Amino acid sequence: MNGALQVAKTGLSAQDTQLQLISNNLANVSTVGYKKERAVFEDLLYQTVRQPGAQTADDSQLPSGLQLGNGVRVVGTQKLFESGDLEITDEAFDVAINGDGFFQVQMPSGEIGYTRNGEFHLDSDSRLVTAEGYLLDPGITFPDDTQTVTISSDGTVSVTLPDEADAQEVGELELANFINPQGLEAIGQNLFLETAASGSPQTGTPGEDGLGTLEQGMLEGSNVNATEELVNMITTQRAYEINSKVISTADEMLSFVTQQL
Amino acid sequence: MDKLLYVSMTGARENMVAQQVHANNLANATTTGFKADLEQARAMRVLGDGFESRVYAMSERPATDTTAATLIQTGRDLDVAIDGEGWIAVQGPDGQEAYTRGGELQINAANQLVTGSGLPVMGSGNVPITIPPAEKIQIAGDGAITILPLGDEATDLAQIDQIKLVNSDQPLFKGEDGLMHADNFQMLPADQTVVLRSGYIESSNVNAVGEMTSIISLSRQFELQVKMMKTAEENSSAAAEILSLS
Repeated sequence: MNGALQVAKTGLSAQDTQLQLISNNLANVSTVGYKKERAVFEDLLYQTVRQPGAQTADDSQLPSGLQLGNGVRVVGTQKLFESGDLEITDEAFDVAINGDGFFQVQMPSGEIGYTRNGEFHLDSDSRLVTAEGYLLDPGITFPDDTQTVTISSDGTVSVTLPDEADAQEVGELELANFINPQGLEAIGQNLFLETAASGSPQTGTPGEDGLGTLEQGMLEGSNVNATEELVNMITTQRAYEINSKVISTADEMLSFVTQQL
Repeated sequence: MDKLLYVSMTGARENMVAQQVHANNLANATTTGFKADLEQARAMRVLGDGFESRVYAMSERPATDTTAATLIQTGRDLDVAIDGEGWIAVQGPDGQEAYTRGGELQINAANQLVTGSGLPVMGSGNVPITIPPAEKIQIAGDGAITILPLGDEATDLAQIDQIKLVNSDQPLFKGEDGLMHADNFQMLPADQTVVLRSGYIESSNVNAVGEMTSIISLSRQFELQVKMMKTAEENSSAAAEILSLS
């Protein structure tokens, strides 16, 4: 059958994947701490149909051969970890990371998840939890009669209590970073998991060893650029149309043969 | 049997093959750093005793179009594109040095600098580049990689390696792995005049309109070949009719 059919099919499915990534990015354009994703395309292996330099007769050789490509594939997706814009919220439990690093979250399965989303809350036991209700690691528990909470840029959490002049330290927030954050596995809920590709986490005090500082009362917006995504969507749509045009042309050729002969 | 039928058949078959070359270019219309394949048909005489009346068609890929494509700004530190002529040296899947223009670089778990498809990028001395844990990585116009090591002062920048960039007067050819190779798989020397831009990637250089036009023209040519086969069939059935005994 016509090889162009199969090749154009790979083009269609690659553009399909691309569109799904774009729509996911656009859907998360206002998700706190979301990191945009892009597809990496690669051309598939080539087949040598006629080898360059092959003998065509006793004294003649093919000056150039024929190598046919087999289309395109999506090698993988890349998360882009550029910072999003910091937005001021003035909420005491909103913490943004200014720079590299992830908050560590204790997941119900016992694993540690990593997130850039700093919208924290208190649970019924006065512990600091994420919006999903997962505990932070290391955990922070506030006294019941806490008046105000201050989180300093190096992660020290201190509270003021009634009838006490001095602030009291209740714990420290830590950040973790990875050699290759792009290798982290995104599992939804703004959480990432460690993988072999990401390397092991290096935890530390915010502001030291290349980790970012913490900003209380601020949140990190999504790093999706809506204009860029819309432009990508146009390219994707047109590339899809072109590939489907190739399929219909190849189909016409085959139907012409069956009708004429 | 009429030889006309076979001559038209090769024409139709080679048109289909040529179609695949263009379909592959279009499938890669958005692949970073992709270079379009050219396609041409050649007349192949049938040599031998007797009168050379038959000339068959043969499609071939004479070369790859290596013209530069548009640079797309991404702002990512590890995205690199070559401005003008030149290639980035990588280690191909077979261990041989190969060349590419796809610069969506990343760092793998072994701290190696790799391309989007995971091929190690060559540094000076033809050794794959390894990047120690760094706070910030900068790639300069000549491919030099400067890092701010983890936990060091902002003044302690260290240049650790240089991406091997090459250029060649001889045309490179595309291997079966989709990467470019020099003649006889020889290693090209590093060229300091190649300019690299960080924060950009190069789009595919496929001209969608041109490819589409070729596909339409090939499809019409294919129909012509089929028409000729139909004519051959009519000729022989007419001959059979005249010569029939009853």
